[in-house]
Amino acid sequence: MTSVLEYHLVHYRRTWRSSVLSTLLLPLLTMVGFGLGVGGYVTAGIDGVSYLDWMVPGLIASTAVQTVIGEATWPVLSYFEWLKVYFAQAAAPLRPADILGGHLAFMMFRVLLSVTAFLVIAAAFGTLRSPWAVAVLPISVLVGLAVAAPVVAYSASIRSDSYLAILIRFAVLPMSLFSGVFFPIDSLHPVLRAVAWVLPLSHGVDLSRAATLGVNPGLDGLWQLLYLLVWCAGGWLLALSRFRRRLVV
Amino acid sequence: MSSLIHARGLVKRFGSFTAVDGIDVDVRPGEAFGFLGPNGAGKSSTMRMIGCVSPPTEGVLEILGMDPRRDGPAIRARLGVCPQLDNLDVELTVRENLTTYARFFGIPRAVARARAAELLDFVQLTERADSQVEPLSGGMKRRLTIARALVNEPDIVLLDEPTTGLDPQARHLVWERLFRLKQQGVTLVLTTHYMDEAEQLCDRLVVMDGGRIVAQDSPRALIERYSTREVVELRFTADDQGSYAEKLSGIAERFEVLPDRILLYVADGDDALAEVHRRELSPASALVRRSSLEDVFLHLTGRTLVD
Amino acid sequence: MTARNVTALGSAYWLVMLGGFLEPVLYLFSIGVGVGALIGDITLPGGEVVGYAAFVAPAMLASSAMSGALAETTFNFFGKMKFMRLYDGMLATPIRPIEIALGELTWAMIRGSLYSAAFLVIMVLMDLTTPLRALAAFPATVLTGFAFGAAGMATATLIRSWQDFDLIGSAQFALFLFSGTFVPATAYPEVVRWVVEASPLYRAVDLVRGITTGTVGWVQVLDVLYLLALMALCLTVAGRRMNKLLCK
Repeated sequence: MTSVLEYHLVHYRRTWRSSVLSTLLLPLLTMVGFGLGVGGYVTAGIDGVSYLDWMVPGLIASTAVQTVIGEATWPVLSYFEWLKVYFAQAAAPLRPADILGGHLAFMMFRVLLSVTAFLVIAAAFGTLRSPWAVAVLPISVLVGLAVAAPVVAYSASIRSDSYLAILIRFAVLPMSLFSGVFFPIDSLHPVLRAVAWVLPLSHGVDLSRAATLGVNPGLDGLWQLLYLLVWCAGGWLLALSRFRRRLVV
Repeated sequence: MSSLIHARGLVKRFGSFTAVDGIDVDVRPGEAFGFLGPNGAGKSSTMRMIGCVSPPTEGVLEILGMDPRRDGPAIRARLGVCPQLDNLDVELTVRENLTTYARFFGIPRAVARARAAELLDFVQLTERADSQVEPLSGGMKRRLTIARALVNEPDIVLLDEPTTGLDPQARHLVWERLFRLKQQGVTLVLTTHYMDEAEQLCDRLVVMDGGRIVAQDSPRALIERYSTREVVELRFTADDQGSYAEKLSGIAERFEVLPDRILLYVADGDDALAEVHRRELSPASALVRRSSLEDVFLHLTGRTLVD
Repeated sequence: MTARNVTALGSAYWLVMLGGFLEPVLYLFSIGVGVGALIGDITLPGGEVVGYAAFVAPAMLASSAMSGALAETTFNFFGKMKFMRLYDGMLATPIRPIEIALGELTWAMIRGSLYSAAFLVIMVLMDLTTPLRALAAFPATVLTGFAFGAAGMATATLIRSWQDFDLIGSAQFALFLFSGTFVPATAYPEVVRWVVEASPLYRAVDLVRGITTGTVGWVQVLDVLYLLALMALCLTVAGRRMNKLLCK
């Protein structure tokens, strides 16, 4: 599995430049555009916190998700359909679990990279209100994996990239817009609220927010962690069965 | 047990479709063994079973004395695989393709680097070592894929249609490299639908058709057994080649009437051609040649290899 | 050309198209309604006060007209030119490159106009504008689409590889965030404000917003002229570059 991670890292050395834009610059622009721009009009703040401080942790969790989406969609489809990278790996003494695990590990590496950079900048803007903010790193990895694993399973099940556009527009974008990143989930219609709580991002946003604001999430926080772990485990099993079916026929 | 690959009654089914229909194969150490047959004969399915990425549906398969169902990773550690379509990482350099692949076999980095250098030299790509793979020609990419298959110093190298899609010059370069591997004692197992490739490279081969083995021997023995020494190829201008068959009776041991030509299987081609002219049949063109595996295949299956 | 594009549609493509329509609607509900509840009303440069959703909606409309036109021109255009070799086949017939380009643009426009019309219906249903104003705003969105479609084609002829799409996407997202879409340009410092007001998406947003909020003035005439000029310039560039790329 480590040799597969190593392969992706070597590959990333060639392609990291283009990913900096989408995984770091865009979230930063969003932070400035929304947090400062729109935040200037939210005069009352939220829960006694300025809009910028309230929104940044959500944006970090959302960035973790965007980062894994970039790697869990087109690359996975392409490694099965066009570049056949997975098949080359399967001819070596690697098992499907190694191939899948190595690629997921690489995605988590990228999450750590972009979230660390974001945290440093957020600290420079003075939006982190507690040393607990470092807990955002493991939380981001957890929510990243909770999204990455099932998305990899999806990407391994399709044959055309039209289905990726569908996933992004009908699942990823709505999740990013309605998971409590920009406004509190409580103001959603009860049905939408329930949907938001079923999806993983909202829990990542909640936990990250508790961390940067230094609020004790209590027992609820523990349940949220466990719930994200369920997404990770379920996604892993699904993805592994897809990988086995595609690589061993 | 002396065979590296040992198969008895090997079957591969995909749903109701039977790709490989009970074949027996033994590949001995150091030989170059070929699977010859048209597209869809079951060659690639057989290769994938030997490559331990496709579990057999039925039958016995032992590779290097191990069971692929159970010891897949251990067997693959000692195989080199060159797939039909190159699956190199086109965004990495030529060298990185070898070093990263070596790591999948647990080869230490320093060893991987040294071996990559040797192999690039062997496949004559040293000058391109640090260029990206994308702009390489088809022949260069295939040679790189072959080098990658050798990175773990395998006991058996599996080559699925190693020269399909290459131009004649690139093919000869690949053959020459494979021939040198064979001289070094590496066991080669290859599939092909080119008879010249099979004749050039294979010590022994099986002819496959419809998932079954229809003949098995060395190329020369197969030709001796299933064909005559020489072949006369006649082309007539008339639309109906068949009408000439009657007029040719008695000249050859056997005829094959193809849409565009008639093949006469004879011991002495020049004698036969003289007899054709004596009968005042005037073909538009006539060619005398030695029998090849193509003729063996035609005889065994009634069909040509490459349409 | 347009006929070929229409026949190439599969059922998955229709879902993707529906997704393209859905995108601005999702933003409208998330930012316009969700964040709008935290903001309340907003004051336009002319002094009129409107609800935040009514402020954001025309901006989402103009942005989606932009991104629809850009997606259809840059991505498809570059792909077909570089990889599918489709244009080479067409050039064997007596069609000039610019005619191909205009065929492409027409296609992008039909698609974009459908999105815009649907979005305007939603705005009327949510009481964010009146039916009459929506009707008047429709040609403004078509103009926006044409201007950005032309810009997309000109850009496509300058693209070197797929990696450049990350740049285009980022530039597009920056425009989306800072073109007076979510806050009035007056919220920015003086210098930034001038840059923002000179950007094409700002002009388009200003035009559409002026119409849907019923605050049209002379500035909107300037907006129209700006977009027309942009379109003419980009079409000229695209035509020249295509001749150079394809007829060598």
